[in-house]
Amino acid sequence: MGDEHLLEVNNLKVHFRSGKKTVRAVDGISFKLGKKENLGIVGESGSGKSVTATALMRLIPSPPGKIADGEIIFEGENILKYSNRKMRDIRGNEISMIFQDPTTSLNPVYTVGNQLLEAIQTHQQLSKKDAQEKAVEMLELVGIPEARRRLKMYPHEFSGGMRQRVMIAIALSCNPKLLIADEPTTALDVTVQAQILELMKKLQDEIDTSIIMITHDLGVVWELCDNVLVMYAGHMVESGPVQSLHSNPLHPYTWGLLDSQITSETESDELLRTVPGAPPNLMTELPGCPFADRCVYAQDICREKKPEMLEVEENHFVACHFQTEDSRLERRGGDHS
Amino acid sequence: MKEPILQAKGLKKFFPLDSPIPFKKSSDSVRAVDDVSFELYPGETLGVVGESGCGKSTVARLATRLIQPTEGTVYLEGQNLMTMNEEQLRVARRDIQMVFQNPYASLDPRKTIEQLISEPLVIHKIGDKRSRRKRVHELLEVVGLQSHHANRHPHEFSGGQRQRINIARALALNPKVVICDESVSALDVSVQAQVINLLKELQKEFQLTYMFISHDLNVVRYMCDRILVMYLGEVVEVGTYKDIYERPEHPYTKALLSAIPRENPEEEKERIILTGNVPSPIHPPSGCYFHERCPFAMDICKTKAPEMVTVSDSHEAACHLINKGDSEHVI
Repeated sequence: MGDEHLLEVNNLKVHFRSGKKTVRAVDGISFKLGKKENLGIVGESGSGKSVTATALMRLIPSPPGKIADGEIIFEGENILKYSNRKMRDIRGNEISMIFQDPTTSLNPVYTVGNQLLEAIQTHQQLSKKDAQEKAVEMLELVGIPEARRRLKMYPHEFSGGMRQRVMIAIALSCNPKLLIADEPTTALDVTVQAQILELMKKLQDEIDTSIIMITHDLGVVWELCDNVLVMYAGHMVESGPVQSLHSNPLHPYTWGLLDSQITSETESDELLRTVPGAPPNLMTELPGCPFADRCVYAQDICREKKPEMLEVEENHFVACHFQTEDSRLERRGGDHS
Repeated sequence: MKEPILQAKGLKKFFPLDSPIPFKKSSDSVRAVDDVSFELYPGETLGVVGESGCGKSTVARLATRLIQPTEGTVYLEGQNLMTMNEEQLRVARRDIQMVFQNPYASLDPRKTIEQLISEPLVIHKIGDKRSRRKRVHELLEVVGLQSHHANRHPHEFSGGQRQRINIARALALNPKVVICDESVSALDVSVQAQVINLLKELQKEFQLTYMFISHDLNVVRYMCDRILVMYLGEVVEVGTYKDIYERPEHPYTKALLSAIPRENPEEEKERIILTGNVPSPIHPPSGCYFHERCPFAMDICKTKAPEMVTVSDSHEAACHLINKGDSEHVI
């Protein structure tokens, strides 16, 4: 079973120590990712999206952070058991990552070429000249004109969109099998976002990468992803193929998330639906459903017992006590805000 | 037609560049805003959209005279802001307030919420300590926070709550115009929806006029009555939200709209992917500033800058294609 998936995450828990307390940033995440498949992870700030991504790269700063439990099985092997040395061979090579902020993720005192060459020469046995050629090729691939001249330039000489292209070039320079993109377009203009997403789709066809796209923008998920995982307060609340999640969202939190998006159909005189309240404090262990305090349908059971992820439709999972066949919550059309 | 509450005429702002030769004045400058005029009518929301670097925020700063324009004037209720002295300007600014983008950077971390919200009252010498405190509590309730929050510090609040504090501070002096410069851009969608609802409620309650700057086109469509589309320091199109979203004329507006991510997994969008970058505002291209990236550029676009053409009563755009009167370019 594990062999057919590129990545399998089982019950991943990431905890951070804060004084005497423990912050359960990620509390039991499991998912599978096939080859050439794109998974979107959505949720609000603090829901554990980025921590999940960082854990997959094994870049959680420790202390205070710690992968408390779970397995990350990449190509059939649990990378949590790897030595640091072995992990370094994988990181940036087979799994690479694009970060959110293109202005801070490049080193300002080195040229772009320098940083690109570093990635290439760390993982590939190439002569300086060949590496240089490869770097030019990568910059051309991501659509940077005059690539050879640009190699000698510093990050500040690039615009935000161009810097993000450089980041993508660095991330893809070793033809990774898995690319983790942590909000790669959030800091960019819509026009540039469209360019970058288009570029990621194109490159994916060329080098057969699987992508994990972390975002809070559902539009980006609809653009790029096959499956989507909705996170809330470190927990998974719903996951499934994008079509079925969009047409038949099951979890009340997903409803809130979809409802608060402004679309071309939102009339200017209608009030936007919101999810009242704030996410729970991650320092206290919750006995029940993490969303219970903000959920208008919450019953006693929701506060007492944690719901399990249940498969309601094919591949469409939801963690809610009221999603079994006999107690299905119907999405109420009206006034749940 | 109503009198505009805020009117900008021919605003220009050029930021001079450092010369490569020491002590010599450089002749180059960044043309951040180049001849922008607009009117803001009482009670409306005027949206300003465009890519980063197009001069949206500079326009906002010029409109409040936080920076001095190179050329042009701004009239607030018929009074020229640019000729005022400091004292007159301070009085005038009671009527025009700003809410900034970054809720983490726009509140002084060492001050309490009460100090932050009452600061404008102190500056304008309004009321005594007790009446200010009462006003702060009132304002906190208006923006959906509680009066016991007054003694806390900014770090105790989430991004959305901080933005509410910023809004409360902007409202402290009962302004007529509030300029929101990317005020909801840094927030999560669910929080963003809450703050947008709040802004709309406040507008009704206090008859506010908004200038709403954003790069999120869906938010702008929802919030605004009229929209100004900017490109490289110039206004390329202006119209009601219906004009802009249903009948866009300028190819740049069309490209912007087509770049909005799709709304569901099935939607197939016809995209105009813009190639290249926004050209340098130091040496802008000849003719129409957009011609290098425009998929419909003609020869005339390279040499002659297009004038604003009236499309309908409420709708103007600056593009040579409109004059041609054909519909080839319509997508």
